[in-house]
Amino acid sequence: MTEAVVITGIGLLSGLGEGIAPHVEAARGKRDAVIDRESFAPYPVHPLGMVELDRQIPKKSDQRQMEPWQRIGVYAAGLALDSAGIKGDAEAKDRLHVIVAAGGGERDHAVDGQILTGLKTAANPGVFLNERLLGDLRPTLFLAQLSNLLAGNISIVHGVTGPSRTFMGEEQAGVDAVRVAHARIAAGQAEIILVGGSYNAERRDMLLLFELGGALLKGAPVPTFSRTPGQDGMVTGSVGAFLVLESATSAAARGARVLARLDAVSADRVRREDGAITRSLVKQFSGHHVEPASLVVSAAPGLAGPATEEQAALAAVAGGRTPVAVGDLVGHAIEAAFPAAVALAAALLSEGEAASALVTGVGHHRGEGVASLSAA
Amino acid sequence: MMTDVRDAHGRPLVAVTGMGLVTSLGRGKADNWARLTAGQSGIHRITRFPVEGLRTSIAGTVDDLFGQPFAAPELSEKLAMLAADEAVGQAGLGGKGDFPGQLFMAVPPVELEWPQKQVLAGGGDEAVSYDTLLAAAAAHTHRAYHEMFLFGTVADRIADHFGTRGSPISLSTACSSGATAIQMGVEAIRRGETDAALCIGTDGSVHAEALIRFSLLSALSTHNDPPEEASKPFSKNRDGFVMGEGGAALVLESYASARARGAEILGFVLGCGEKGDGFHRTRSSPDGRPAIVAMQEALADAGLEPDHIDYVNAHGTSTPENDKMEAMSCTAVFGPRMTSLPISSNKSMVGHTLTAAGAVEAVFSLLTIASGRIPPTINYREPDPNIPLDVVPNVARDARVRRVISNSFGFGGQNTCLVFGDAPV
Repeated sequence: MTEAVVITGIGLLSGLGEGIAPHVEAARGKRDAVIDRESFAPYPVHPLGMVELDRQIPKKSDQRQMEPWQRIGVYAAGLALDSAGIKGDAEAKDRLHVIVAAGGGERDHAVDGQILTGLKTAANPGVFLNERLLGDLRPTLFLAQLSNLLAGNISIVHGVTGPSRTFMGEEQAGVDAVRVAHARIAAGQAEIILVGGSYNAERRDMLLLFELGGALLKGAPVPTFSRTPGQDGMVTGSVGAFLVLESATSAAARGARVLARLDAVSADRVRREDGAITRSLVKQFSGHHVEPASLVVSAAPGLAGPATEEQAALAAVAGGRTPVAVGDLVGHAIEAAFPAAVALAAALLSEGEAASALVTGVGHHRGEGVASLSAA
Repeated sequence: MMTDVRDAHGRPLVAVTGMGLVTSLGRGKADNWARLTAGQSGIHRITRFPVEGLRTSIAGTVDDLFGQPFAAPELSEKLAMLAADEAVGQAGLGGKGDFPGQLFMAVPPVELEWPQKQVLAGGGDEAVSYDTLLAAAAAHTHRAYHEMFLFGTVADRIADHFGTRGSPISLSTACSSGATAIQMGVEAIRRGETDAALCIGTDGSVHAEALIRFSLLSALSTHNDPPEEASKPFSKNRDGFVMGEGGAALVLESYASARARGAEILGFVLGCGEKGDGFHRTRSSPDGRPAIVAMQEALADAGLEPDHIDYVNAHGTSTPENDKMEAMSCTAVFGPRMTSLPISSNKSMVGHTLTAAGAVEAVFSLLTIASGRIPPTINYREPDPNIPLDVVPNVARDARVRRVISNSFGFGGQNTCLVFGDAPV
């Protein structure tokens, strides 16, 4: 049994705005990316900008219970449900499965700084740490940090009562979320799945993790596929990206509008030796139907080496055209990067940009994935 | 097309051919099972970090695996490695470092911990902010921290060590994560995507901040003395869970391929059920419906009726709310028979191993079937009149157990139930 898998909902939120239109405009070069080089200097980020949260998260109490990464994700999930026409459909939301690709939530930066300062001179550091954590941590902060609580908040805010699973593991979590969602629908293990992720780039705790690995770009960003060794790195962006994937049968039964078909998704994990990324992608491409005229959207993180290998792989199938780098438009969104790239590809197909699309996702440290789509 | 290697729904049957376990009770299945069925507790006073000023000073930590300080993901990796070594060794599947199947891992969330941040904060007595830490990080002299605190690293290293195929999955469904890892393995085998899966739940994250986070939510028992009596699921005086650590691994195989290679079959994963709950971030729907539906879905997935279940391996955290909700939900699913259907909580002895719990309890469920001995719920001295169930109080019981349902419920509305059996349905 193999069911065709279609995309019936797209939820995109980034510094460009919300919904399909601003992202399609940006991909067509008609809208500039928004980059903030000051707030986290020397690290540029794509900030989210002002979002009227009430439009997707009506209760202030819900907004308060979440940290920004969760609010971004819940908002984008709401956009996807609206786009699929099931936001008000309790029956559909009861059979809707959810797969979220997530990291963890924001730390309280002020509290951490004060504790680290105090630890330097504390007579008994362990006891001092206990006292300060007990006194200074907000009890509900934990719930705003837990990885699976993005899915939990989607359930609560949008009334989704189907089951959820959360995948972790940076970029590859996003690849695997889309891959497993596709596989389960294709095999008849689920009919309709909300899949995606979110990332808040405007936080120093995550910049710290990636700077430890030397993975961040400093200064003025050049386009992803023009970055050179020493001048490369990730420019992260605050992004929420969700898709409603559905069996063609389910979509037809409820008269849903099909935005694009998700034909195949694959994932791999290779040891990062010279040429390994190229070999992995080339091997994966053989399982996808790609045409020379296919649109190519890349979730590349912005590191020069992997980007060169990715382009080498693409040269064989896509005629050496430079891919649309979703990171140049909205910033690199780690767990949400691949879902955002698939969402952008689907949006462009739905706007008649091409007949088919190929999406690549190469993680900054691990993981390689590919998706292929075709127009409805 | 029901054949003897397919289930009632025509899907490949999923057999268990290897199991491994590490908890506060010990290393390996044999040691754990002996102590669990003897009603012994692994809960003890915490020595890993100072407990002065904390309301809870006990846990089921797994100690003595490192000779020097370590970070939580290092312990989670070690626990997973030990459990998987035992499971893969027992299964005898594939060569060393060449496991012919996918990896599904329930792993706890990770983040930079205080010791690493203190290193980056440096000496002197100037005020520290994240900009201080970023400036230190920019020297790129602590690159190892980056990989150590990526969410995908524990699974990455397990995948490298055992040579699993494809892209390893790191997942969380909070306290039902271990069960979800098994469920995902079952689904992949049923899809025909793989003939084997290594499913692991691991959690080595008892450190000060983790304990304090749960403590601030009033989720933990404060009965610190004596530690071994703190976890008392289904008792009237239960007052919260006790954090535990552990790792559990199961090798799942399509029955067809396990039988073809003559592997010893340890049991079957007959069914999986799950249901979301949008009621509250930490509390369950008062009507118990999501837990009820998850159990019913697991039974239906297995092609079984409630009467076919011989024993319930409870989530049984020892929190006032969980145990009440679980008892009510079980009664709704199993009807009047629930008053005599044995239900017990392993957490009375190993504590709540959180991310690992669903996998730890899966191993215990399969050992219950294999040995015909039901582990007890210890510390059961004050029955709760609102929970009139047979909790197998304090002493293990010999009984023929052919089919078990194991419950896992978690923060964020996660409900996952698994049905294990000695033979195909």
